[in-house]
Amino acid sequence: MMYALIPLLPLFSFLIVGIGEQWIKDRAHLVAVPAMVGSFLLSLLALHDVATGQSINVTLYTWLTSGNLDIHIGISIDRLTAVMLILVTTVSTLVHIYTIGYMHGEPGYARFFAYIALFTFSMLMLVMADNLLQLFVFWEAVGLCSYLLIGHWYERPSACAAATKAFLVNRVGDFGFILGLFLVWYSFGSLDYATIFAQAGQLAAKTTNLLGPFGGTWDVSVMTMICLLLFTGAVGKSAQVPLHVWLPDAMEGPTPISALIHAATMVTAGVFMVARLAPLYNLSPTAMTVVALVGAITMMLGATIALTQTDIKRVVAYSTMSQLGYMVMACGLGAYGAGMYHLLTHGAFKALLFLGCGSVIIALHHEQDMRRMGGLKDTLPVTYWTFLVGSLALAGFPLTAGFFSKDDLLVSSWSAGPLGQVLTICGLLTAGLTAFYSFRLVFVTFWGASRVDPHHASHVHEPSTTMTAPLMVLAVLSIVAGYLGIPAFLEPVFHGEGAAGHHEGSAAYTIMALATLMGLTGIGAAYYLYVLNPGLPDRLAQQWRAAYELSLHKWYIDEAYDRSLVRPTLAAAQGLWKHVDVAIIDGAVNGVARAIAWGGWLIRLTQSGQTQHYALGMTLGAVVILTVYLLL
Amino acid sequence: MTSFPWLSLIVFSPLIGAVLCLLVKAESSRLVALGFTVGNFLLSLPLWWLFDSSTANMQFVERASWISSPPVNYSLGLDGISFPLVLMTTFLMPFCVTVSWTAIEKRVQLFMSMLLVMEAAMVGVFVALDFVLFYVFWEVMLIPMYLLIGVWGGPNRLYAAIKFFLYTLAGSLLLLVAILALYFHGGHTFDILELSRGTYGASLQMWLFLAFFAAFAVKVPMFPFHTWLPDAHVEAPTAGSVILASVLLKMGTYGFLRFTLPMLPDATVAFTKPMIALSIVAIIYGAYMALAQSDIKKLIAYSSVSHMGFVTLGIFVLNIQGIEGAVMQMVNHGITTGGLFLCVGIVYERTHSRQILDNTGLAGPMPRYAIFLMIFALSSLGLPGTNSFVGEFLVLAGTFVWSQFATAFAALGVILAAAYMLWLMQRVVFGTPAPAHRAHLLDLNARETATLVPLIVLVFVLGIFPNPLLTRMHASVTNLLNGQKAPAYATVPQPTTLPNKTATVAAIAPSSSDQAAAR
Repeated sequence: MMYALIPLLPLFSFLIVGIGEQWIKDRAHLVAVPAMVGSFLLSLLALHDVATGQSINVTLYTWLTSGNLDIHIGISIDRLTAVMLILVTTVSTLVHIYTIGYMHGEPGYARFFAYIALFTFSMLMLVMADNLLQLFVFWEAVGLCSYLLIGHWYERPSACAAATKAFLVNRVGDFGFILGLFLVWYSFGSLDYATIFAQAGQLAAKTTNLLGPFGGTWDVSVMTMICLLLFTGAVGKSAQVPLHVWLPDAMEGPTPISALIHAATMVTAGVFMVARLAPLYNLSPTAMTVVALVGAITMMLGATIALTQTDIKRVVAYSTMSQLGYMVMACGLGAYGAGMYHLLTHGAFKALLFLGCGSVIIALHHEQDMRRMGGLKDTLPVTYWTFLVGSLALAGFPLTAGFFSKDDLLVSSWSAGPLGQVLTICGLLTAGLTAFYSFRLVFVTFWGASRVDPHHASHVHEPSTTMTAPLMVLAVLSIVAGYLGIPAFLEPVFHGEGAAGHHEGSAAYTIMALATLMGLTGIGAAYYLYVLNPGLPDRLAQQWRAAYELSLHKWYIDEAYDRSLVRPTLAAAQGLWKHVDVAIIDGAVNGVARAIAWGGWLIRLTQSGQTQHYALGMTLGAVVILTVYLLL
Repeated sequence: MTSFPWLSLIVFSPLIGAVLCLLVKAESSRLVALGFTVGNFLLSLPLWWLFDSSTANMQFVERASWISSPPVNYSLGLDGISFPLVLMTTFLMPFCVTVSWTAIEKRVQLFMSMLLVMEAAMVGVFVALDFVLFYVFWEVMLIPMYLLIGVWGGPNRLYAAIKFFLYTLAGSLLLLVAILALYFHGGHTFDILELSRGTYGASLQMWLFLAFFAAFAVKVPMFPFHTWLPDAHVEAPTAGSVILASVLLKMGTYGFLRFTLPMLPDATVAFTKPMIALSIVAIIYGAYMALAQSDIKKLIAYSSVSHMGFVTLGIFVLNIQGIEGAVMQMVNHGITTGGLFLCVGIVYERTHSRQILDNTGLAGPMPRYAIFLMIFALSSLGLPGTNSFVGEFLVLAGTFVWSQFATAFAALGVILAAAYMLWLMQRVVFGTPAPAHRAHLLDLNARETATLVPLIVLVFVLGIFPNPLLTRMHASVTNLLNGQKAPAYATVPQPTTLPNKTATVAAIAPSSSDQAAAR
């Protein structure tokens, strides 16, 4: 029961800071930070309990009942959940501390703390859910927090638009998720993981006729339907193609939130969900293939876009998208353990990179364009060195955490059959791109001559300790996380379920060597282009105009959505309203009223009140009747 | 069963207040109205605990002979379906008074009096168990509503008021015909429960269904009978909009649940497909209409069409999740949309415009207001943790049992709801205020805060702890679906073997009856 405090401490922090916002003002961290630290310590305790073989299941209360729907809200911790708890509480605690410095003096200081506490609560409840509906509830709740935090600076139109976009795109994914959830309930009669997993085997061969209502026949495996529908949700939340468009725009939010939500935690929810539901995914090879392909496409697309972006945060955002692609791909190939491993190390170094960006941005008075940076390594040494560690980890430089997890991921993928081998090669190529753009970022931002706005150049200085301390902790974690034996710890969760996991000796070493080589080549290429020949990138961009534009404009996907979805929908709404609702439907209503009024007017003509009119009418009537009578 | 006349007191005490309001000065009439609405809520509150959730029988029954020939009784009672609606009505009325505190400046006494008459009639509709009594309350509602729109409304109020009046009256007349037909075919009684136990021929059921449909579909309003709603909402004063959206719309769906389903089971089954099709069209069409609006009140009015589509959808999938979801959604829509209209009214008092473009960037000058509006908007788009999610989730779950494709279409409405609501928020809450209005944008005063806070609390309480309310519906809804026998008067012993007139409703939704049986 004590473990209920893991999510409840952040919830209390949210309630106290949120409701007492006007009163607490710039003292908000005095409540929020201790609550998070408490939550972190309890998570460590839970990890210890789980490691020693105890499982933790607490039912908090019955949420709703209706017929055979019976949904409880509770917490349930196993090894998979425990590592997620550690990730979430660690990053969240550090982000809380960092925020003290980053948001110092901002008018929305307390509000910001309230929202990140609410976010942490939601994310913790999400990972601790023991049924799909609780997962879904907090799945949407983290989406809400993301919405609120992206729109934190609500007077900026771009921030508001980005917030709306993030929520809507996630809603599209959740549309699939909730249909998948209903299909689970319909098929299993329950939404509890335990029940579903126990019965999954019996349902493996079941099919459903998708075209039944239209008289056709198209038998589809129920399990495939379930997995693909649920995966739609993951595509939205984990920013996979084609629902990745919200993530880069989400960079409109304050930087601590980019680190917490859009790198280390919320976007990992999709990967976590697929890993959590591994017993279902394993039964549907079709769904697995789709998952792997979507992951691989995202991985490559993200990397190609990151090559040319000039906003420091957007480069990191696209790298997040690409790295999430790696994880999703691994899950699709059955290497859930490797995917989760990469998720955890990525959580550490990506949070580090984002917070590092935050230090740079603050030091330069909210400048985010790399073209107006440069030469910062001497003025911002702590930021530079920690950022370098993060970049090395991201590039998969040997002996960093990113090296181990990416290697594990690629080796596991290789052993997952022909598809796995093709995708591993894609993964290796992407690793080269990753190293290139990471070090492009490092070289352009921190090396070379300063291009900083002269107004700010003289007083660029390292931020306060509350900001640099989290950087140092995360830098240490970005190395150490590779030596903690995470794959072995997670092994029992996915034991015997994945096709992958058994590394073949020689192939493993070849892949490790190749991955290292790709990483070093990427770093070398970045060094050659941005340090040795700084004029060369522009010339290359001129030479390869089309490719450069494609990457710079994010493959024109936003533009395509705008023209094919957003504008037609709004135009259809306007058209339907004016031409159908007002003209036809309401027109008919008013038409009936007018017809009745007109009928009344017509009849009223006969009621003139003048005797001669009535006499005329009588005479005419008599003549008509007489005529008819005579003629027939 | 208690013999204390709870229901009569709840129905008639507002009428005393209505008379009192006319006798005092404008200032005091506000206080009188507030006192009586709050008092009535407090009076209805004990029912929450006194209500016995284990039985499907009518509770708090009161019966007296009213007219001996034809036999018309004064007969009131409450079951798990009407109970949440009565509490919702008495809960909302005090806020209709407080929001009108300064907004209504002319003929205050009459206004307050009309609000109280309205309350009496609305509660009366929900608790009446005799058709004539029901019809009296049903028609009485029209008059104060007509006046609320026609006297205190906006510039185009007469058009809107007459449209509302004639449209609903046309439907009501067919309802009267149906009531008379039932009287002659159902054993010369107007007793709703007795009529519910009768059996009627297939073709009679068809005609009655259509007559009921005419009356109820206009009230809900179902597509394509909805065009009176935007006009009425836009022109009505805030309190009128709240009553209209929160309670009057529920009369239609309540009618389906109380009369159509139990009395006309065969016709209900026969009409399931068209009714579900109309509901889904309403969900999507209403959402599209909302996307096109530039007037905040019209936008919310069209969103009501969409949300009420969920209610009718849940009713006509004829299973326990669907109907419980529908009742939940009725209550939730009352709270959430009521809250939204209160919010619009509050800002209208400051800027005197309902146009989105005149009411931008409210988060800066009115932070507390912005938070409240945002909460209602999030509830309206069905965010989990708020009340609306529970209703929509259950309705969609019930629909899924009926047809997976229908669910996919209905769930599109949830995406569209996010689109129009968040777009509204993006323009109204975020951004910078229109310079012309900046000076008037003062944050909520104590009265306004007190008006909104209870609704906010309920948004979360029902979202996080919906089970106590659902538990109180289970018996009645199961009974409605399962045995297809009408609820009985708890005080009158019923014959144990009732003619099982049909099992068709259960037969078309096999899994729902299985689920019900499994409970």
